[in-house]
Amino acid sequence: MTMLGKKIATREAYGDALVELGKENPNVVVLDADLSASTRTSKFAAQFPERFFQMGIAEQDMMGTAAGLAAAGKIPFASTFAMFATGRAYDQVRNSIGYPGLNVKIGATHAGVTVGEDGATHQALEDIALMRAIPGMTVIVPADYVEAVQAVKAAAAHVGPVYLRFTRGGVPVVFGDDYQFQLGKAALLRDGGDATIIACGVMVGAALEAAEALAGEGLSIRVLNMGTIKPLDGEAVIKAARETGAVVTAEEHSIIGGLGSAVAEVLGENCPVPMKRVGVPDVFGQSGGAGELLEHYGLTAANVAQRVREVVGRKA
Amino acid sequence: MLKTELEQMAKLIRRDILEMVHEAGTGHPGGSLSAVELVTALYFAEMNVDPKNPTWADRDRFILSKGHACPVSYAALARKGFFPLEELKTLRKLNSILQGHPDMKKTPGVDMTSGSLGQGLSVGFGMALGAKVTGKAFRVYVLLGDGELQEGSIWESAMAAAKYKLNNLVAIVDCNGLQVDGRCSDVMELEPLADKWRAFNWAVRQIDGHDFDQILAALAWARKQGGPVVILAQTVKGKGVSFMEDAVQWHGLAPNKEELEKALAEIG
Repeated sequence: MTMLGKKIATREAYGDALVELGKENPNVVVLDADLSASTRTSKFAAQFPERFFQMGIAEQDMMGTAAGLAAAGKIPFASTFAMFATGRAYDQVRNSIGYPGLNVKIGATHAGVTVGEDGATHQALEDIALMRAIPGMTVIVPADYVEAVQAVKAAAAHVGPVYLRFTRGGVPVVFGDDYQFQLGKAALLRDGGDATIIACGVMVGAALEAAEALAGEGLSIRVLNMGTIKPLDGEAVIKAARETGAVVTAEEHSIIGGLGSAVAEVLGENCPVPMKRVGVPDVFGQSGGAGELLEHYGLTAANVAQRVREVVGRKA
Repeated sequence: MLKTELEQMAKLIRRDILEMVHEAGTGHPGGSLSAVELVTALYFAEMNVDPKNPTWADRDRFILSKGHACPVSYAALARKGFFPLEELKTLRKLNSILQGHPDMKKTPGVDMTSGSLGQGLSVGFGMALGAKVTGKAFRVYVLLGDGELQEGSIWESAMAAAKYKLNNLVAIVDCNGLQVDGRCSDVMELEPLADKWRAFNWAVRQIDGHDFDQILAALAWARKQGGPVVILAQTVKGKGVSFMEDAVQWHGLAPNKEELEKALAEIG
């Protein structure tokens, strides 16, 4: 049954995939810090109460506990909002999970400005940057429900720490049932020769929309979904730069340290081409509707398309 | 191991600590010396570990949450046979298996990486929880510093461990009364400490942390409790070396040659 076009929050996928994993693997355990209704781990809790640990509003302790569970052979999914997973508990994530390379999966929901009305304190815009800077940490930002389910399973199968980033709000399903998420690999969603849009998360839909609009102007645009930010598929990035000559990145994250930075690092050292990063400029978020905020910060198909026109114009 | 043997082992470990920190020219002798009897009792009388199989899944676990005191762990692990004694000379040097703070990936026998204070009890709780959900019988011992208890995350895990009523988790606090900037009571008052733990629903036992009879009795008592236990061990920072005892400057200072010889002569 295809879900194409339906709007579903990727946190729903997190909750659903955990239940499936719970059935498949007795070593999977889930922790939450008083947000299980919001992170959707409540689904796992209902089915596997003996493997669900309610840790209270204590994210630092939750991350340390997850490290201990991993050291005892379990596959813990430590779940909370992206802000608290990466901000509040950064030291535990770095020193007790990342440094010893323990097999902890961090399920971070409510990332980015699409958290909406709760405002800047709850809108993690630097979480990818923080997690990406930890050696050995895998960072995954699924684009839709279909990819998110597969990403959670891939994270469980991967040995080592993984950061998974999910949305609060609904995002259109862009992948059909035949989609296969591969850890560390970009997915080519649309081929083209004039420029490449590299997107992740909620911006993948906008990237496809932008490419379609630009096609009407005679521009043929490649679209890559970069579901894994780390390890980055540098090969696909370099290939896109060589073959299309211009790159625009699009992410619901600060332009500092996220997908745009990761792509710029690869291009700067290997194949410099005109490039533009679409993301939240170096500012904190604010309250507002999710759609309004995306519009406000330029996280739209129209803005992505405009940046593509700019980089195409800068091509030699 | 008999009490006289434990005392002999403690003496060797004290010498190892002083020699390795002197050799490194850097390190933390004070908080290592205060924990010698506690760590010796754990490795040579209490814990079920196998030096030939350091990652044995059923072993008891030890977490040195006050990671800066790792010279005491390293000495105990070497004396137990996890790695050769000669390795102690490489403490804190480039490419050593003995890092400045414990690293479970580099040192055989180290069950958890630590160093940033306030994290070990959470990890120990997670390990103890892991044992319970897997049906394993291993026990988890977490050695905390008293100054370390100023970290809020300690009390997060104190709440959690009591909630889950884990009877395979033992916290031991090395109450040497000193921290980097001075006396704990001046820097940030911890008392009434026993009352704090009781208020968090932990079983509490207060002992002399240099007396093997009391340490072993407390560890035996811990096995009979129905939930998490904390042993508040009264200790002396720098114990065994007159000029280091209860002297804050020896928290993170290596003895020079002359000081080392004087210290070793005192220990005997």
